[in-house]
Amino acid sequence: MIGFVQSLGASVLALSRMIGGIVLFAAIALRWVLVPPFYGRQIVRQMVDIGYYSLPVVGLTTLFSGMVLALQSYTGFARFSAENTVATVVVLSITRELGPVLAGLMVAGRVGASIAAEIGTMRVTDQIDALDTLSTRPMQYLVGPRIIAGIVCLPILVLIGDIIGVFGGYLVGVYNLDFNASVYLSKTLEFLEFEDVFIGLVKAAIFGFIITLMGCYHGYYSGRGAEGVGKATTNAVVSASILILIANYTVTALFFG
Amino acid sequence: MSENKTQADKIEISNLKKQFGTNQVLTGFNLSIREGESLCLIGTSGCGKSVALKCLIGLVSADSGSVKVDGHETIGQSRAENEALLRRFGMTFQFGALFDSLPIWENVTFRLRQKEKLSKKIAREIAGDIINQLGLAPHVLDLFPAELSGGMQKRAAIARAIADKPEILLFDEPTSGLDPITSGVINDLILNSVNRLGATTLTISHDMASVRQIADTVAMIHQGQIIWSGPVADMHDTGIAEVDQFVNGNAYGPLTLNPPDNNVAQHSEMPV
Repeated sequence: MIGFVQSLGASVLALSRMIGGIVLFAAIALRWVLVPPFYGRQIVRQMVDIGYYSLPVVGLTTLFSGMVLALQSYTGFARFSAENTVATVVVLSITRELGPVLAGLMVAGRVGASIAAEIGTMRVTDQIDALDTLSTRPMQYLVGPRIIAGIVCLPILVLIGDIIGVFGGYLVGVYNLDFNASVYLSKTLEFLEFEDVFIGLVKAAIFGFIITLMGCYHGYYSGRGAEGVGKATTNAVVSASILILIANYTVTALFFG
Repeated sequence: MSENKTQADKIEISNLKKQFGTNQVLTGFNLSIREGESLCLIGTSGCGKSVALKCLIGLVSADSGSVKVDGHETIGQSRAENEALLRRFGMTFQFGALFDSLPIWENVTFRLRQKEKLSKKIAREIAGDIINQLGLAPHVLDLFPAELSGGMQKRAAIARAIADKPEILLFDEPTSGLDPITSGVINDLILNSVNRLGATTLTISHDMASVRQIADTVAMIHQGQIIWSGPVADMHDTGIAEVDQFVNGNAYGPLTLNPPDNNVAQHSEMPV
């Protein structure tokens, strides 16, 4: 019994330490994001890595999500003669929920893992210490540019993903379910409000921060050797994914609840 | 080390202590290095050599003790003061620690470019001059670290360390993993670079051939403190069993293998 209580207490302490560590790391990272020097080349490089190279995976994910959403909602709504709401359901679902969350989860898998692996490898090979000895703050040079790129690129990715997802729904609606193209488009726009898209983009910016923060944090504190970097990579993806889902609910409850 | 302590001490470390978890790595580490001196720090694996080096330049915070550079206390100084201090140091790491994502010319001129915003053309010229002094071919400038052999990586790391003409050079096992001929070449390059810059040098090494070649003075660390220091010529007959065993490479003696890596917890420190 004492052993169980001890192990429970140790787990709670470890969790508290990790949460405190992440919050402190985030505060320090955000501070250095705002303080010069700004490493423009690093920021551009990270924007290309995080944004441009994530386009195919985000595009494909949202395209097929939009298509399957149109199919499924048509099947369901046909049971109570509400087929004409398919376009509206697709666009609202994509812009408010599926676009940001799916893009966030896909980017967490691709980018969060890559950041943790890169920074973790730099940690175990002393490259981060080398940065310090070369009068360069690792938080400014490594972490800051990735966080800026994450916050900027995710909303752009989600906006493009929204358009592709809606287009996927349009393809299925018009070419498979025989909707009239102009009617489908007008129904798509009829109930769509600026707020639907905007809140999705706000969510995306938050997800971008979470993904890059988790990648940087777990990479920065990576354990030694290949096993340490592997664990850091896994932890970065898992923690980012969980935090994205929690943040998604919290933002939705705040703005739409 | 008191016999070495003079007005011209460049570095003076006193009673330095550092603990990771329950592992007391440095237990009262004392060391003095005179200006222009080349000192080699020897000791078994995991005995705290690298931790002492990192405490010296503030990469790891010491729990207590004193580190003075030119008489100025560095323990407890602000981040800005530490950055100013670091600009006076050049350091190579055990495995080179070259930046994987940058070509060699950018690695070599990394600090210069951060400091002076050099154009690409001028930075390449400077990097070319430095790697030429270290016997690397010009085409190496555009290669990435992963494309170089171990010996070439060590030379590139030395090039990066000396590019800004530092006053103090720190070498962490500069010849580890290299064949004897390449090690000899690296030792020559270190000697030449140090002589050209007139730098004070602290080298960590297990390689006794290297130590004989590059050191003026040798100090041995055991159980977190210096147990012997003196001129390199005296290290073969110190009368201290641990030192004699280490220098002669005997498997049997008072020294036993250290517990596993004592650096495990050192990355838990929060960045600033």
